[in-house]
Amino acid sequence: MNARTETREAAGTNLIAMPKQGPARNEGTALKPEWFETVDVNLSAADRRVATLSARRSVKKQWQAAWLVKAIECIDLTTLAGDDTPGRVERLCAKARHPLRDDLVAALGLTGRRLTTGAVCVYPNMVATAVKALDGSGVPVASVATGFPAGLTPLRTRLEEIRMAVADGAAEIDIVIARAQVLTGDWPALYDEVRQMREACGEAHMKAILATGDLKTLTNVYRASMVAMMAGADFIKTSTGMEGVNATLPVSLVMIRALRDYLDYSGQVVGFKPAGGIRTAKDALAWLILIKEELGRDWLEPELFRFGASGLLADIERQLEHFVTGRYSSHDRHGMA
Amino acid sequence: MNEIVDILKTMEYGPAPEDDAIVRGWLARHKARFGHFIGGKFTAPKGDTFAVTDPATAKELAKVSAGTDKDVDAAVKAATAAFGPWSKLSGTERARHLYALARQIQKHSRFLAVLETIDNGKAIRETRDVDVPLVARHFYHHAGWAELREEAFPGHAPAGVCGQIIPWNFPLLMLAWKVAPALAAGCTVVLKPAEYTPLTALAFAEICKEAGLPDGVFNLVNGDGRTGAALAGHPGIQKLAFTGSTEVGRILRRQTAGSGKKLSLELGGKSPFIVFDTADLDAAVEGVVDAIWFNQGEVCCAGSRAIVQEGVAERFYDKLRRRMETLRVGPPLDKSTDIGAVVAPVQKEQIAGRVAAGAKDGARMWQPSWAKEVLSSPGCFYPPTLFTGVSPATALAQEEIFGPVLAAMTFRTPGEAVQLANNSRYGLAASIWSQNLDTAFEAAKKVKAGVVWINSTNLFDAAVGFGGYKESGFGREGGREGMLEYLAPSWQKKAKARPAANALPAPVPVESEAAPGETRSIDRTAKLYIGGKQARPDSGYSYPVVDPKGRLITEAPFGNRKDIRNAVEAARKAEGWSDMTGHQRAQVLYFLAENLELRVDEFAARLSRMTGASAAAAKREVAASVARTIHYAAWADKYDGAARAPAGRMLSLALPEPYEVIGISAPDEAPLLAFLSLVLPAIAMGNRVIATPSPNHPLAALDLYQVLDTSDVPAGVVNIVTGDRDQLAKVMAQHDDIGALWYFGTAEGTATVEAESAGNLKPVWASNGMTRDWFDPVQGRGEEFLFRATRIKSIWTPYGV
Repeated sequence: MNARTETREAAGTNLIAMPKQGPARNEGTALKPEWFETVDVNLSAADRRVATLSARRSVKKQWQAAWLVKAIECIDLTTLAGDDTPGRVERLCAKARHPLRDDLVAALGLTGRRLTTGAVCVYPNMVATAVKALDGSGVPVASVATGFPAGLTPLRTRLEEIRMAVADGAAEIDIVIARAQVLTGDWPALYDEVRQMREACGEAHMKAILATGDLKTLTNVYRASMVAMMAGADFIKTSTGMEGVNATLPVSLVMIRALRDYLDYSGQVVGFKPAGGIRTAKDALAWLILIKEELGRDWLEPELFRFGASGLLADIERQLEHFVTGRYSSHDRHGMA
Repeated sequence: MNEIVDILKTMEYGPAPEDDAIVRGWLARHKARFGHFIGGKFTAPKGDTFAVTDPATAKELAKVSAGTDKDVDAAVKAATAAFGPWSKLSGTERARHLYALARQIQKHSRFLAVLETIDNGKAIRETRDVDVPLVARHFYHHAGWAELREEAFPGHAPAGVCGQIIPWNFPLLMLAWKVAPALAAGCTVVLKPAEYTPLTALAFAEICKEAGLPDGVFNLVNGDGRTGAALAGHPGIQKLAFTGSTEVGRILRRQTAGSGKKLSLELGGKSPFIVFDTADLDAAVEGVVDAIWFNQGEVCCAGSRAIVQEGVAERFYDKLRRRMETLRVGPPLDKSTDIGAVVAPVQKEQIAGRVAAGAKDGARMWQPSWAKEVLSSPGCFYPPTLFTGVSPATALAQEEIFGPVLAAMTFRTPGEAVQLANNSRYGLAASIWSQNLDTAFEAAKKVKAGVVWINSTNLFDAAVGFGGYKESGFGREGGREGMLEYLAPSWQKKAKARPAANALPAPVPVESEAAPGETRSIDRTAKLYIGGKQARPDSGYSYPVVDPKGRLITEAPFGNRKDIRNAVEAARKAEGWSDMTGHQRAQVLYFLAENLELRVDEFAARLSRMTGASAAAAKREVAASVARTIHYAAWADKYDGAARAPAGRMLSLALPEPYEVIGISAPDEAPLLAFLSLVLPAIAMGNRVIATPSPNHPLAALDLYQVLDTSDVPAGVVNIVTGDRDQLAKVMAQHDDIGALWYFGTAEGTATVEAESAGNLKPVWASNGMTRDWFDPVQGRGEEFLFRATRIKSIWTPYGV
């Protein structure tokens, strides 16, 4: 029985043919409305899929512990607040370097393995501080840019923001799209702007934040995802964390399916980042299951999957301590970010 | 120990077994031996027993008594004894009992889910998240019907003691579908579960005790088909409800013919799953998973025939194959298992045999890369299987497999999709995928199936009727329509037997004086009325119609099987009538009433002459006939079903649809009024009919052709064939293109037509030799007629943006 042995998974069989050399950057394509204009997403079916998915798969015991470790490795540990200071950012970077207490690391058999979060995500003004604080850790710094979170500043300044963050050492740029272009169906305008942002990123990887809470319909989410990928986004990301509704599983499902369709059409691989509102270890497992089921094992790596989160790590630490000790843990037993 | 590191490489799910220790403890407490549950007591497990096994491990779970005729008899006696007190309880009191059962089921939900999983082999996710919650929901919903029965169904009484035979694919859920409405109606029950899966029914019996259900209201006799046959044939039951194969359904139809038992059959299917090019393809792929890989495909309403628009077919199949790779076949108790074990080795062999045959028939078979592991593993496991390029003419497209096997074919146009969908003897369910509601509803209306899911599949709710068209059976479970299967009009208990009619005279010339008043100078030859035309009988024979003193009035055509055949063809052609709006049909019926009224004297004279009724009585019958016509003209645009909201953002329509072609055998009494009382509700609801009038008094009905002609009743809507009622009824019963049969003749004739109807499993509404007062508004008209003239199609439509 396949469920018992999972040999095909152990052998690394993927659902989707991934280019052998590993994920190269997404170079984008020309704008091809025919890839998305006829797609219309059924809300109830998407809801049903995600509602039953969490009931269809279960990870327990050491498997759950391992999956939570994986979740840590995929976190973009984030602070995006008006009261951020260099001191606050340095503290966050220290946590990113050292996300789990040493005794827990040892108990999990992970001593000697590099265990950090996927990245640290900050505002452009904090990039230099973060780069310095993370020096030598291998943890990349991600910066939001382009008039985050609304994206309603002039294109020239939005592009300039990207260039400055990259110059300060950001390896990843989380841009926001202009929601108006989606809401009015102005795909050429959206495509052109994101293209220019991608050029401004240079070597830095670009994550395109769709702000799905503003786009409202799943069909908008699908179409915006496609245009962002055609324009060269390396990742598509759900939310800024500032919209009324942030990352949800149905929205994530639709973005993942767009990403899969894009790979089918273009042969290029794009990553996915849900952000905002993901606070519990249980949430993290739900997303990891979604990724594994809809995309396959290969996407469960920080190169292709990130959580945008700030509070999630604390809950994972407690759950891992519970796994190790059998006792329910408290927040004050784990070093804060 | 570097286990975590290893898992981080593979990112496997790992095992997540549901603990079954408590359930094993329950089995041990019963020493793994069970008897029956009769009159509130478990019988000692003795005599012949059969083994119940866990299909995932092939290990024996328990031994269960095989019910004998004596056991069945004892159970029916207990149910009969309990019927009086139970049916006399107030609705509120019965509601309390049903409510208590629902509560107890919820309290024991995980116990029941685990027990069902080890008994049946289905995945714990499904028993936990689908089966058991629906069971509780069914009892809650029907607690409400118990409370409301008298108000909601005035003039109705419980059908009586019910025999219920249920299948192994949803053991506890099918129990709930059968038991809850019966108890709500005031019936008592003898249930026979499937021999593969008796355990949850036994647990339910314990729950009945625990909940304080009066003894004898629910009885349980275990056993195989022989026990089922003993139950079905027992003279002490008044209603038989069966869910299972079409083959067994036919046997039960024949077995109960002429017994007067109410019968409902929920049988097999080969349900279409139509994917239009406007569908959300990813949604439709998940739909397939829920359609054919739900419950190992052992689902009567499984969407087992994918009918995919050609332009998107390859892309759809690609997505589907990818999705199949991620399905998990494995231990049913593992929480990450999608597809558990099929119920028994014999079932697995049958699936394998049909798959092998399908591959030989030229369709392309595909299974996931890991299928061989599944096939070679011990236990009854079968991998998900896809056939593409399936031809409608092959067994793969026509025969029910009852396993995780999807047969896919393509279509070019929406019309062709419906044609392919309806190209089946079955008509249980259909699933239709399109983001365009015009496209989806058009198909939903045209597909011949009792349940239609738009952009969804395999959804169930206690408030929404479930049941089939065509050879998928008749009767509904759930909703108001389901309750009616366990109720009977109260007056029927006091109905009198129909007096024996005079034998039909031989169709030869008679030496007889003409009856007084009959002018023979200009012959008015009575003819059949077929396809809007007067027709001579194929036989070339006529039989004498005589007055009560035996004097010849005139001759009536002696119709035969070919006349019936021609009439059915004419009725088939008149499909425009079924597509008309209720308002349009109402206009025709009002016109008919006007034209009939113009000829009251003429029809009254005919009736007097034939039956010897007084002029006043004859006039009264014609007046009542006119009134009845107006009555059904009124109903034509008002019996329009119900809208329900069984889930959030979900609309479910219960549409009464015509059977299209109904055969009607009218009785001898009230030859005009009874004839019209049957024909009118049928045509008001959009059916076309082949009606045989009173054999002894056919002339008033035959005269109607002129009224029909002048009233714009389209050709073929009403076809009238005179002759020997039982001969003609038998032909109609055997005719596979007749959707339903109403027989108002003798008890013997009822037995014949009910038995012969087993061919295409058309529902038969028969008087069984009893008479009714056609003048009485309670007996002669009303919802019963409209209910019989229609079948409910439930259309589920989710919405949302």
